[in-house]
Amino acid sequence: MSALPWLLVAVPLCSGALLTAAGRRANRLAPVLGPALAAATLVLAGAAAAVRPGAGAPLLAGVRAGLAVDGLSAVMVVTVASVMLCVLVFSATEFGPEEDLGRFHGLMLFFGGAMLLTVTATTLPLLLMAWEAMGASSWALIGYWWRQPARVRAADTAFLATRSADLGLYLAAGAALAGGAGGLELAQLPAAASPWVHVAAGGVAAAALGKSAQLPLSFWLSRAMQGPSPVSALLHSATMVAAGAYLLLRLHPLLAATSWAGPLVAWTGALTALLLGAVAVAQRDLKQLLAASTCAQIGYMVLAAGSGAVAGGVTQLVAHAAAKSALFLAAGAWLTALGTKQLPALRGAARRYRAVGTAFVVCALTLAGLPPLSLWAAKDEVLAGARAESAGLYAVGLAGAALAAAYSVKAVWYVTRPRPARGAERYDTEQRGTRHVGRSAPPPLAVLTAAAAVLGVLALPGPAAWLKRLVGSPAEPSPTAWELVLSGALAAAVAAAAWWWGNRPGALPAAPRWARDWLHLERAADALVVRPVLALARSLAAFDDRVVDGAVRAAARGGLAAARTARRVDDDGIDAAVRAVAAGTGRLGRWARRPQTGLLHQYYAQAAVGFAVLALIVLLAR
Amino acid sequence: MLSVLIFLPLLVCCVLLVLPRGLPDRRCVQVWIATAAVELALVAYLWAAFDPGGGIQAEERVRWIPGAGVGYHVGVDGLSLPLVALTCLVFLAAAVYSLRETRRVRAYVCLFLFLQTVSVGLFVALDLILFFVFFDLSIVGMFFVIAGWGHGERARAAALTFFLYTFVGSLALLLGFIGLFLAATPHTFDIVDLTRENPLAGRGTYAGLVLLAIGVGLAVKTPTVPFHTWLPPAHSEAPAAGSAVLAGILLKMGAYGFVRIAMPLLPGSWRRYALVVVVVGAVSVVYGALVALAQTDLKRMVAYTSVNHMGYIVLAVGAAGTLAGSDAQARSLAVTGAVVQMVSHGLITGALFLLTGVLYARGRTYAIDAYAGVAAHAPRFAALTFAAAFASLGIPGFSGFIAEFQIFTGSLGQQTVATAVALTGILLTAALFLRALRSMLLGAPRLPEAASAGGFADLARHEAWSAGPLMAVALAIGVAPRWLLDVVEPAGRAVVGLVAR
Repeated sequence: MSALPWLLVAVPLCSGALLTAAGRRANRLAPVLGPALAAATLVLAGAAAAVRPGAGAPLLAGVRAGLAVDGLSAVMVVTVASVMLCVLVFSATEFGPEEDLGRFHGLMLFFGGAMLLTVTATTLPLLLMAWEAMGASSWALIGYWWRQPARVRAADTAFLATRSADLGLYLAAGAALAGGAGGLELAQLPAAASPWVHVAAGGVAAAALGKSAQLPLSFWLSRAMQGPSPVSALLHSATMVAAGAYLLLRLHPLLAATSWAGPLVAWTGALTALLLGAVAVAQRDLKQLLAASTCAQIGYMVLAAGSGAVAGGVTQLVAHAAAKSALFLAAGAWLTALGTKQLPALRGAARRYRAVGTAFVVCALTLAGLPPLSLWAAKDEVLAGARAESAGLYAVGLAGAALAAAYSVKAVWYVTRPRPARGAERYDTEQRGTRHVGRSAPPPLAVLTAAAAVLGVLALPGPAAWLKRLVGSPAEPSPTAWELVLSGALAAAVAAAAWWWGNRPGALPAAPRWARDWLHLERAADALVVRPVLALARSLAAFDDRVVDGAVRAAARGGLAAARTARRVDDDGIDAAVRAVAAGTGRLGRWARRPQTGLLHQYYAQAAVGFAVLALIVLLAR
Repeated sequence: MLSVLIFLPLLVCCVLLVLPRGLPDRRCVQVWIATAAVELALVAYLWAAFDPGGGIQAEERVRWIPGAGVGYHVGVDGLSLPLVALTCLVFLAAAVYSLRETRRVRAYVCLFLFLQTVSVGLFVALDLILFFVFFDLSIVGMFFVIAGWGHGERARAAALTFFLYTFVGSLALLLGFIGLFLAATPHTFDIVDLTRENPLAGRGTYAGLVLLAIGVGLAVKTPTVPFHTWLPPAHSEAPAAGSAVLAGILLKMGAYGFVRIAMPLLPGSWRRYALVVVVVGAVSVVYGALVALAQTDLKRMVAYTSVNHMGYIVLAVGAAGTLAGSDAQARSLAVTGAVVQMVSHGLITGALFLLTGVLYARGRTYAIDAYAGVAAHAPRFAALTFAAAFASLGIPGFSGFIAEFQIFTGSLGQQTVATAVALTGILLTAALFLRALRSMLLGAPRLPEAASAGGFADLARHEAWSAGPLMAVALAIGVAPRWLLDVVEPAGRAVVGLVAR
């Protein structure tokens, strides 16, 4: 069955590329073809999850391109393919006929294929290829509306921020080879020799944290909200951001092979859960709220990977994927219908469109961590692992959970208000709303919502033990009863408090600036990296023109000056000397002619003088 | 067989020159396309008959100037065959692109045919003087292309700079070759004999000076920092097909010289001064990318990315000379990556220069801020340009990734700091391409005055069929690289073995 994994990634990748190339020409077919191909991919994913095939091909000297579906990958491929199918079905009626549907569906499929390759790759080069292909297609998806420069700039920011982290994977590949893991297989990485194993762990951690929008690179996810909502529903729930968490879960043994990488990753995740949770509470834009919450929720998966709770992290990943995907789709449905994503303007939106509203409320309450919904138990699976590592991690994680309840209830509170009498005046802040929800929107929302609600069963003792065996981590701690009660009670208490807070009379106080502006992360990156690099580039360009090229021009001028000097030496020196010799000779000649007068008496006189001189010499010489 | 491959274009060139005046321009270009196609077919046959493990093949050796130890010796191995194939492909693309050329077409075609003979000859030459002759003639040919078909008066100045600068470089090269010749007993310029003999083993300073002369000569042509300043004006003033050949083929002559001559003939000095080479490579990577980032002229920007891309090659060949802390697998990965990067850069940058030529043909300027939203007018042009740009910034799926991944992975163990510094190059190239293409191709449409009257026509058929196939081959290498690597890897291992002597 070695063809199955190739087929699983090739079907979405190739069909996606073709559909993208077809563009508008495929506008009529794409809304049917996209979901159909996604369904085919889901069937293949299901088959792969059941059969667990492996395959490979030679790639570089001594390095193979390997891919395989093991327990962890099986969960991932099914999750990714399911969410992709739901999102594409939803999108079938989401876009207007003037949009380039072939490009949208094609890119989504291509992206899904890259993600499937990421989660099945067993060697670093193949993983890195998929990883970067995912980054490039996410750029194209975020910048889907390319006629609007702000959206493309956002896509550039997202791509460059994640690629800066991706450099870590290149570093890790070099370190693996230098450390003796010649085949560059993921499974070999923990066995790399010191100090290379540290380089590899650091590189993998950097790449994964960047892709997962963890601190300090979280800002790119805020910018990525410029893309279409279905893009966020796929990229920022089950794929892209989840890829980083997946990689850390997959390479947990590598983190464990060093003493520092695990705690570093765990604390980054916990702090992201806390701080981005606070950012989410402060947002007034629904998609920004959801994006910040994505960072925070992915923080739990990262925390799980850092503290060795692989099964807990997987449970959190799957449950969050379903819930967040549905939430983004709901936000997108309202954005299309009402033309706004500002929470104050969305008052009553859940009452106006009941199917969307129900899905949103259930998934938001899941996100709040309210029992018995899935993320309540999933988070406790993660926190049980964190508590085994350090009480501090547990406390920070719990505080993040309280914030999750606060921001989720905030969103629910707004959208379930009674519809204000003149609410329509506040619509259409972003685009002209269509005032209706697409026909194909409710079914996928219902499926995702149901999954989000019930996936908590994975945390029940029986299924949890099965999952732990499946992902090869049987000795993980499970939450005790008091932990479950504590976190459930905390979520319920915070949710109630948030609801009460919203119902108080009077205006809501403004959130602090640092929280509204995403901890000023983007401004910091701009001031610390982007602007210095651009300034350096400009000064180097000037240096190149004036100094480097200037030296060449000076050398050329020097050559000409030397030539002129040589000409002067030649004309005024050598040639002048030659001419002087000639002139001297001429003058001598003229002098020599002077005695030859032809007058005999002068010749006698000359002869007499000559003899006199000779006689004098003879006399004196004696 | 090889001699036919080398001299067929020159023969056609001579025939074209003696034909009567009335020959239509289009017919000349068609003859050129046919010749280039035959050349490509010959190379395909050569590739099919090539045995990767068989060392130098299709060898021809004729006495030429025996008194001076000079012979006509040609042959192909895994280092030269990919570059010969690249040459034939890029020249075919340039020929197709030139289908609508109107200025002194016959002379133009003859010059390119001459350049193809010279380029193929250089890559198959196995004698230092033969190599040198082709090396110098390539400068002569390209000088006339830039001066005669470039953009006006500035083109003649740029051509002169190009000629003098690279000519001085080639003189340094000749000095080094003579140094090798004098050290060998019996005196010879034959590369194969010199490789076998390794005449400068243990000759300390003398060998170092010979390497310095050869290194400077090749570094000017490659070009590396600080010998690169002839490149941007030459590119920005050259016609598109000339730029494609200059970037795609002529730059490779320098890089190819490192793996063909400097490394196997001077292994001791190469190992001794590997750190210098590595530093020059890493500086070229970062410096080239940074200066490119600050450019406001698209063609100058692409020219500076060539400095960046060729820097990876120099880094890799330097790392392959560092024996400490590495195994042969890493070093041969680095050399293989360097050769693949030569091919990849030729394909991708060749395509990019042809596409900037398309841009110039419409808007009569390369200024980045003169254009906006071109994708709305010319979606196929924009798509192909984005594909080439993403390939150039090393996105997997195209050949650049296969090359750069091998270079980084194979170099990190030996030269950790330099390689880590060079890694930032792929981030900088990403930034500069995205920044430039976002403002030119996306957003609300705005065109320079020269184009606003006639609009911006999408790719014509001859334009699509010149840049397109180059990108298709880059894609084929990027997705399934084995067909290329099977040829390159044994030769790369051989070079690594020779350097480690």
